[in-house]
Amino acid sequence: MATATNIDAHAHDDHDHEHHETFITKYIFSIDHKTIAKQFLITGILWAIIGAGFSAIFRLQLGFPEADLSWLRPLLGKWIQPEGSLDPQFYLALVTMHGTIMVFFVLTAGLSGTFSNFLIPLQIGARDMASGFMNMLSYWFFFLSSVIMFISLFLETGPASGGWVVYPPLSALPQAMDGSGLGMTLWLVAIVFFIVSSLLGGINYITTIINLRTKGMTFSRLPLTIWSFFLTAVIGVLSFPVLFAAALLLVMDRSFGTSFYLSEIYIGGEALPNVGGSPILYQHLFWFLGHPEVYIVLLPALGITSEIIATNSRKPIFGYKAMIISMLGITVLSFVVWAHHMFVSGLSPFLGSIFMFLTLIIAIPSAVKVFNYLTTLWRGNIIFTPAMMFSIGLVSVFISGGITGIFLGNSAIDIQLHDTYFVVAHFHLVMGAASSFGLLAGVYHWFPKMFGRMLDRKLGYIHFWLTFIGIYAVFFPMHYIGIAGFPRRYYSFTNFDAFSGFTDLNAFISVAAILTFFGQFIFLFNFFYSIFRGKKAPLNPWKSNTLEWTTPRVPGHGNWPGEIPTVYRWPYDYSKPGAPEDFILQTVPFSETMDSNLPHENDMIAIEKEESASEIVIDGSKGH
Amino acid sequence: MFGFYIVLAIFLVLAILLLIFRVSRLISIVKGSDEKSITGSNEVNAILMVVFMVLFFGLMAWYSYAYFDSYDPPVASDHGVLTDKLFWRTMWITGIVFIITHILLFVFAYKYRYRENHRAEFYPHNNKLELLWTGVPAIVLTWLVISGFAAWSDITSKAPEDAEQIEITGQQFAWLIRYGGMDNEVGAYDYRLIDATNQLGVDFTDKNNFDDFENISIVLPKGRPVLLKIRAKDVLHSVYMPHMRLKMDAVPGMPTQFWFVPNKTTEEMRIEENNPEFNFELACAEICGTSHFAMRKVVTVLEPEEYDKWKAEQKSWLSKNPDYMSQVPENLRELAVVTAGINESN
Repeated sequence: MATATNIDAHAHDDHDHEHHETFITKYIFSIDHKTIAKQFLITGILWAIIGAGFSAIFRLQLGFPEADLSWLRPLLGKWIQPEGSLDPQFYLALVTMHGTIMVFFVLTAGLSGTFSNFLIPLQIGARDMASGFMNMLSYWFFFLSSVIMFISLFLETGPASGGWVVYPPLSALPQAMDGSGLGMTLWLVAIVFFIVSSLLGGINYITTIINLRTKGMTFSRLPLTIWSFFLTAVIGVLSFPVLFAAALLLVMDRSFGTSFYLSEIYIGGEALPNVGGSPILYQHLFWFLGHPEVYIVLLPALGITSEIIATNSRKPIFGYKAMIISMLGITVLSFVVWAHHMFVSGLSPFLGSIFMFLTLIIAIPSAVKVFNYLTTLWRGNIIFTPAMMFSIGLVSVFISGGITGIFLGNSAIDIQLHDTYFVVAHFHLVMGAASSFGLLAGVYHWFPKMFGRMLDRKLGYIHFWLTFIGIYAVFFPMHYIGIAGFPRRYYSFTNFDAFSGFTDLNAFISVAAILTFFGQFIFLFNFFYSIFRGKKAPLNPWKSNTLEWTTPRVPGHGNWPGEIPTVYRWPYDYSKPGAPEDFILQTVPFSETMDSNLPHENDMIAIEKEESASEIVIDGSKGH
Repeated sequence: MFGFYIVLAIFLVLAILLLIFRVSRLISIVKGSDEKSITGSNEVNAILMVVFMVLFFGLMAWYSYAYFDSYDPPVASDHGVLTDKLFWRTMWITGIVFIITHILLFVFAYKYRYRENHRAEFYPHNNKLELLWTGVPAIVLTWLVISGFAAWSDITSKAPEDAEQIEITGQQFAWLIRYGGMDNEVGAYDYRLIDATNQLGVDFTDKNNFDDFENISIVLPKGRPVLLKIRAKDVLHSVYMPHMRLKMDAVPGMPTQFWFVPNKTTEEMRIEENNPEFNFELACAEICGTSHFAMRKVVTVLEPEEYDKWKAEQKSWLSKNPDYMSQVPENLRELAVVTAGINESN
C-alpha cells in the first residue's frame, strides 16, 4: 500500500512542485509516465531508422546482386568487399540485427513501452504508474540494452549474425562464424537487460491496471487499448523469463563449458567434448517466448486500432465483449502454439500434429476480431484521419498476413514453405506491418495529447499511402517467391538453378523497400516539426470518449489538475440515438443523458446517486 | 566532386520540399481549410481506398495468372503431390476469404465515409453474428486441420523396411552423402572418429559399415521409397529439396530422418521442363554461417534399373581407403575384406 500513498501524496502537490524540477529529473531520470513514454517512443524511432536502414542495405544486395556498392564504403568500411560487393557475413549480420532491432527494440519497447506507459494512467484515470521509479528503471534498462546492442554494431568481428533467433550451435561457437564471437556475447547481454526492462514495465502495467483504476472504471468499462496492454503485459511477464533462461543457458554453453545445447560437434578440425545437450531444447525455450512475442507486438496494435476505428467510425466497437474474449483466447493460446516454428526441426511428428491443431485454433479469435472491425465500419460515419487510415491499413495487412498463417500452421504444407520467403511475407505482414501500422496509428492519434500540438494531416495522408502501397509492394510479391521455394537468409541465389528466377521481382521489391524507407522520413519530419511548430491541439481533437481527453492540453505531473474524474459508462457511446452529440464522454453520468439511455442504463442512475453520496466518506477515510 | 553534387542536389530537393510544405501550410491557414476539418480530403481518401483495392486485386490477379508457371515449381515426389493439393485447397478457401474481407473493408470505408448531418448507426453487438463468425471459421479450419493431419501422419510414418537408406550429413558448407551399400544399412558413426579422410566418423567396429560407399552427389531410384538419415557435424543445417517438397533439419547430436518416394526421373523432368540442363537440387534451409547460400548438391533420379546398375558399380569406402582396415576389429577383418570388396578389382 506504500505505493498508493505515495501516489496520493503526489496528487496533492502535483502542480505546485513542477517548476522546481531540474532538467535532469524532468527530461532524463523522469518518473512521469508521459515523459517515459516519450523516451520510449523516441528511442524506438531511432532504432526503427537503424533497423529499417539495415533492410534497405540488404535489399540492395538481394535486388541488385551485381551492383557496385563501393559508395557505401564510407558508412560500412571493410564490410564492402574490395570488388564492391557486400560481405556475405555482414549480410547475415544485417538480417540478424534487422530482426532483433525491429522485434525487440521497435515493436516491443517502442510500441508497448510508449503506449502502455502513456495511455494506461491517462485512460484508467490514475495520477501515474503504480511505481514511477520502476517505470524509470524500465526505460533505463532498455536504454542500457540499446547502448550495448548499438556498440555491438561496430565490432571488428561484427554483431551477432546467426539470425534473430540465434539458434545454437551456430550462435554458441565462435569458430562457426565471426558474428558468434563478441557480437553474440553483447547480443545476449543486451537481451538480458532488455528482458529486465520488459519485466519491470510489464509488472508495473499489470499492477497499475488492477489497482489504480479511477472510481467507476470497472474492467467492463476499460477501453480496449487498456485490455490489450494488460494482456500484453501478462504475456510478457509469463514468457520473457523463459527467454531469460534460454539466454542464460546459452551464455553458460558459450563461456563456461556446459552442454545444454551442444552435443557431438566436430568443428574447425576438432571434436568438441560436449555431449548430451540438445539444440532443440533452445528452440523450445526460444519459441516459448518467441511465439507469444508475436502477440506482445500485435495485441497493443490491435487495441490501439480498436479504439481508433471506433472513434473515427463514430460507432461503438462492434462486439466489445467478443473482442475481449478473443484477446483472452489469443493470450492463452499464444502459449501453446510455439512448436509450429519447429515442424521440421526434428520434433516428434506426433507433437507436430498437436501443435498444428492448436495453431489453427488461434486463427478463430483472430478471425472474430477482423469481422468485428469490419462490422464496426459498417454504417459508420467514417472520418479519415491519418490514424484511422493506418488502422484500416492494419486490418488489411492483418488479414493478408493472417491468412498465410493458415498455410504455415498446417505442418504438411509447412514442410515446403518453412524458412522460405513465404514465411518472410507472412510474418512481415501480420506482425511487422500490422504492429508498425498500430504504432503509427497510435502516434497520429495521441500526438495531440503527447505534445499538445497537431501533426500535419496532409503529410500524414501522403505518409500513409506511401507506406501502405510500399508495404504491399514489398511483401506481397514475396509470396510468389516463397511458393517458388526460395529460402530465406540467402546472400544470393545464383548458386542454384531452382532459385535462379525472379531477378526482376527481387529488384522491384528492393526498389519498393528503399522508397518506403525514405517515405518514412516524411513522418519523421512531420513528427519533429510538429512537436515545436505544429498547430496547437484542441482538448479533444477526435471527439473521443476516453478519459485522456479530459486532461488539460498538456497534462502536467499528476495528469488532472483537480480531482481525478469519475467514470460512469463504457468508452464506446458514439452516435447514441437521442444524444445531442455523436459522442458521450466516459465521465458523463447516466443521469445527465436521460434522452439517450438504454433501459438498463436508467437503472444505473440510482446506483450512481448512491455512489456519489458515499464519495465524501471515502475521501475522508484517507485522512490526509 | 561527384559526391558533392549529389549531396547538393539532395539538399536542394529537400529545401524545395520544405518550402512547398511551408507555403501550402500557410495557404491552408489563410483559407481556413484547417478548421473545417473533415471535407475534401475525406472524399479523396475514401475514393483512394477503392482505387487501391481495384489496383491491388488487378495486379494480383494478373501476376498470379500470367506468371503461374514461374512460381509454381514442378513436383517430383509422391507426398509432394499430396501437400501441393492441400496447399492449393487452402489457397482457394483463404483466397476467397481474403477477397471478401478486403472488399468489405474498402467498400465500407468508401460507402460509409463521413457525411455531414449524418449519424452512424449505434450497433454495439449481435450475438448471433458473433456466433456465426466464430462457428464457420471453426468448421472450415477443422476440415483443413484434419486433411493436414492425415497427410502429415502419412508423411512422417515409419519408413518401409526396404527403403533405400541414404545418409546426408551437413557440415559448413557442404553435404556428405553415404549409401547403405549392398546390405542397405548405413552403419554406425562416432563424431570423435572424424579425421581428414574419414570425414563422417565412420565406426569400423560396426560391420554394417564395410560395404557403405560415399558419393559426390545424391542418386535416387524413381518409384522406390528412400529413407534419408540426416545428421550434422557442426551446426544446424536443413536438408531441403524443393522439387521433392522435402525439408528436414540436420541437428548435431540428434539424427533426424525423412522418407519419400521420388516419382520423376531427372530425364523426365528435363523433357517436361523443356530444359536439357535441369537438375534436382539439394539446398540448405537453416542458417549455418557465411556460405549458407552455397550448400548445393545435385540430386539425380534414375529409373530403378539404372539405379541398381549404378549402385552395383560403386566401390565401398573401405576398399578405397584400405588404411582404415586397421580400425576393423581382428575378428571382423575377414568379413570386412569380403563385404567391402577389397580384393575384387584392385
